Amino acid sequence: MLCQECDKKPATLHFTKIVNGEKTEFHICESCARERGEGIPGTSNGFSIHSLLSGLLDFEPSGGMNTLGAKPQQQLRCDNCGLTYTQFSKMGRFGCSNCYTQFENKLDPIFKRVHGNTTHVGKIPKRTGVQIQIKREVEQLRRDLHKRIEQEEFENAAQIRDRIRELERKIADV
Amino acid sequence: MSKRSYVEEALSDWMRGNGPDTDVVISSRIRIARNLSGHPFPLLATTQQANEVMEQLTSVPESGKLSEHGQFETIKLSQLSELERRVLVEKHLISPNLANESRCGAVILSENEAVSIMVNEEDHLRIQCLYPGFQVKEAWGLANRIDDIFEGVTDYAFDERRGYLTSCPTNVGTGIRSSVMMHLPGLVLTQQINRILSAVTQVGLAVRGIYGEGSEALGNLFQISNQITLGQSEGEIIENLHGVVRQIIEHERAARQRLLDESRVRLEDRVFRSYGILSNAMIMDTNEASQRLSDVRLGIDLGLIRNVTPQVMNEMMVLTQPGFLQQVFREKMTPEQRDIRRAELIRKQLQRKTDHGGV
Repeated sequence: MLCQECDKKPATLHFTKIVNGEKTEFHICESCARERGEGIPGTSNGFSIHSLLSGLLDFEPSGGMNTLGAKPQQQLRCDNCGLTYTQFSKMGRFGCSNCYTQFENKLDPIFKRVHGNTTHVGKIPKRTGVQIQIKREVEQLRRDLHKRIEQEEFENAAQIRDRIRELERKIADV
Repeated sequence: MSKRSYVEEALSDWMRGNGPDTDVVISSRIRIARNLSGHPFPLLATTQQANEVMEQLTSVPESGKLSEHGQFETIKLSQLSELERRVLVEKHLISPNLANESRCGAVILSENEAVSIMVNEEDHLRIQCLYPGFQVKEAWGLANRIDDIFEGVTDYAFDERRGYLTSCPTNVGTGIRSSVMMHLPGLVLTQQINRILSAVTQVGLAVRGIYGEGSEALGNLFQISNQITLGQSEGEIIENLHGVVRQIIEHERAARQRLLDESRVRLEDRVFRSYGILSNAMIMDTNEASQRLSDVRLGIDLGLIRNVTPQVMNEMMVLTQPGFLQQVFREKMTPEQRDIRRAELIRKQLQRKTDHGGV
């Protein structure tokens, strides 16, 4: 297959573009692709995961600090490792586990963008996470309980209710 | 077992074993990221702080707690030459980041090299398990158990809402990266690869080439991995990857069958031409070697070539990398010298395998 643009070199790049559900395919050679400025994945256009990330993290209303007359914003800084939020958004890296607490208010939109989620639902440490494990179990049981009641399975519901009480006592005891 | 064997043998013990679906999936890998609570992450740690973390984490295998999972050896990065580091990267036992950027970095390796635990990479602890073929779930099972052992004796940075806290926001939550290395010549030759890979990226998975720069796929090797680590359980993440990879395997097999049915002679020509060139060429650069080795591997998997084992191909894939080549010949080489040595090595390997009979 020859390049659609120059009709001379063999097409080595095959693109499928989907914009608003409309699909266009084109086949071009590398030099034409460069000229067209199509982003060739993996070629060196200086796009690193870090620069991508810092784009995501850069949430500060821009110009706020520089606008004449505006007061400099209070710098958000982790009191454990000393990393500022600005540094964090430039590096795309947290400095320590405490940063998560210090920058808490700003993290939801970031995690939402990166993961589509904000809350962990996976593994919990076995030794140190016993409390959390019980809490999770209680949450799950509450959902079950709700379902049983809706389906009028009252006998099962009562059993689940008792189990929840038992677990809640356990949490209170620890 | 000494550091020597890790840098001198091209093929890790675990790669000699057989796994399911090895005609398409070369290996499966799980990596989990963990940090110690209270300590600054490696990027910001002082040398002293990094050293403390290293002492604490490397004491875990020393105390024998990992022994049920085999024999382990700790290698500090400072004990390795630049070349030796590069070799470990080429064998996928350590990351380029640990090799080049870490301070007080170390790796805890199991004897068969299936487990590699990196200390002071981007995170304090990175547990990596490698299995041959398509065995993501098995790899997770092992990584999970090793994680429990470390958690039993160290305090992890864990938050009820955010999960395991990591240096990079892209790893937070489960801290898990599950990936498979796939050989997809059928999909490349039938020009279906872009369509399939772009579909893959739409379901939250990432694709990149192996050994190539960025996403350029050298030798039709692709690594498929999960992107999302937060808001899904480990089970869901692995199940998702598993389902998609299963489908790609089927597509790849169908594509190979189609090639056999519709253009058998052309396919055979390609396979045997590459086989001939690898057996005879005097100069071979990395790109050509990767492509030719891919062709021969396809020939083996389709039963066209019967006297070479897939393991030999795995071995050659690592052997012919620039770092390993220099390790084998014990000399520093210019790229031109490497190309000559690479050709020599491949010729010998193929000859050794064909001594007992023709193709």
